[in-house]
Amino acid sequence: MARLKILVVDDEPFIRSGIIRILQNFRVDYPFMDEPFEFDLLEASTGEEGIEVINNQLPDIVLLDNKLPGIQGVEVLSYIKSQKLDVVVVMITSYASLDLAVRATNDGAHDFIPKPFTPQELKSAIEAITKQVFLRRMTRELKVTGKQIRFQFLSVLSHELKAPLNAIEGYLRMMQEKQLGDKIDDYAQVIDRSLQRIKGMRSLILDLLDMTRIESGQKEKKIERLNLREIAQNALDTAKPMAIQRDISLHLLSPTEVWIDADATEMEIVFNNLISNAVKYNKDGGKVECKIISEDDVVKIEVRDTGIGMTQEEAARLFQEFVRIKNEKTKAITGTGLGLSIVKKIVTTYMGTISVESQPDEGSTFKISIPLKKLTH
Amino acid sequence: MINLAGKTVLLADDDPDYLFQIKFLLEKNGYHVITADSQREAEKILEKIKPDLAILDLMMENEDSGFILSYKIKKMYPDVPVIIATAVTAETGISFEAAGESDMRWIKADLFLPKGLRPDQFLREVASILKK
Repeated sequence: MARLKILVVDDEPFIRSGIIRILQNFRVDYPFMDEPFEFDLLEASTGEEGIEVINNQLPDIVLLDNKLPGIQGVEVLSYIKSQKLDVVVVMITSYASLDLAVRATNDGAHDFIPKPFTPQELKSAIEAITKQVFLRRMTRELKVTGKQIRFQFLSVLSHELKAPLNAIEGYLRMMQEKQLGDKIDDYAQVIDRSLQRIKGMRSLILDLLDMTRIESGQKEKKIERLNLREIAQNALDTAKPMAIQRDISLHLLSPTEVWIDADATEMEIVFNNLISNAVKYNKDGGKVECKIISEDDVVKIEVRDTGIGMTQEEAARLFQEFVRIKNEKTKAITGTGLGLSIVKKIVTTYMGTISVESQPDEGSTFKISIPLKKLTH
Repeated sequence: MINLAGKTVLLADDDPDYLFQIKFLLEKNGYHVITADSQREAEKILEKIKPDLAILDLMMENEDSGFILSYKIKKMYPDVPVIIATAVTAETGISFEAAGESDMRWIKADLFLPKGLRPDQFLREVASILKK
């Protein structure tokens, strides 16, 4: 049986005994939890006494009245905050104004319960908080065991896969119920959008496969001597139809041929991602330059565009999985949010680095550098 | 029986297909719908219009856009009910946690709805929250 300690801080004895009566036989059950939670109740009649109990007994949840004879509830709250204690604070307040509640929640209170409350209201609040405490602890545990990142990834992934499914399902339902008319032509846009969403989902699955392959490391790299200029040229040719439509010019700046020992598929993924991004996030009439140079024992690849660019803050998040910069300028551009994180993973396997320099509205430059040495793979 | 027809719903979501479908569904049932495809646009609309109900996506420009909007709506118009519609399953919990960890302001949405509800279920939820 899991138990949580609840401390009730209130100067009115009948409120304390009321809360204790309501909660002492209360249990919270949750599908994710192995066993239900029950509660041990502690009480304090002043803020000072409350702090003493908090220090000695380490409660999990504190139900805190704001109006107390000595120090006020908010001061107890700021004490808990300053000590960085793992305690969830719920304000009980007769001033059930949103204002005080917002101020208290800004100061770190988790929730508030307006006074007077019914037993049911108290129980619902405690139930919600118990789940929150449970999830928070589980998250921390998962973080420790390293499972958390994977869990979060799967959770975002399921979100990304479900969104197109919902959209397509919604459209099919509209067709099934003939909501837009009797003729198939009435559904041209609906069909078009459904196909678009399917296309998006397919790219996501392909990106996922790329990523899994790189991450698992199970597929051995097929290292061969590659002419990077040739791979870059192929990637530029692939992007050309999209670039022509928007009057974007593509340039390959590579004074000499640059050779590297690497896996061809992986280098293709790197160039295709960077160059197609440079076109996608460009402005009409813009320019894309791909520069490859070999100096000392390093190969340097630069892909520069004259596109919408991004802020430093946005750039900092860019290589994470599923991060897509969402703003007015990007909302019409589709993408999986995995491309750059895949590129980064590949570059890292070659002991290389990738970085981005960007100015909003002026453009971005992605820079990769890979040390040139025989890989022993 | 309260007449729900003519009630104004603010619908904020960055998925154009979801916006289109839910707007269509609500309008067919007599609601007046204003759409916003981003948190920013929703904020602009809220400055001018007080809706009778707000239905918000959770992840838009920010991973917790829905929470931020909900907080702002409750501050401006405490009596406007807020529904947060999301494809993030509540059971995983983790994504909510990630959204909340940066700021522990606990946002009071009136209802969380999963996306992909059947239209009749969705309409029932909307009607019942407006009747409160």
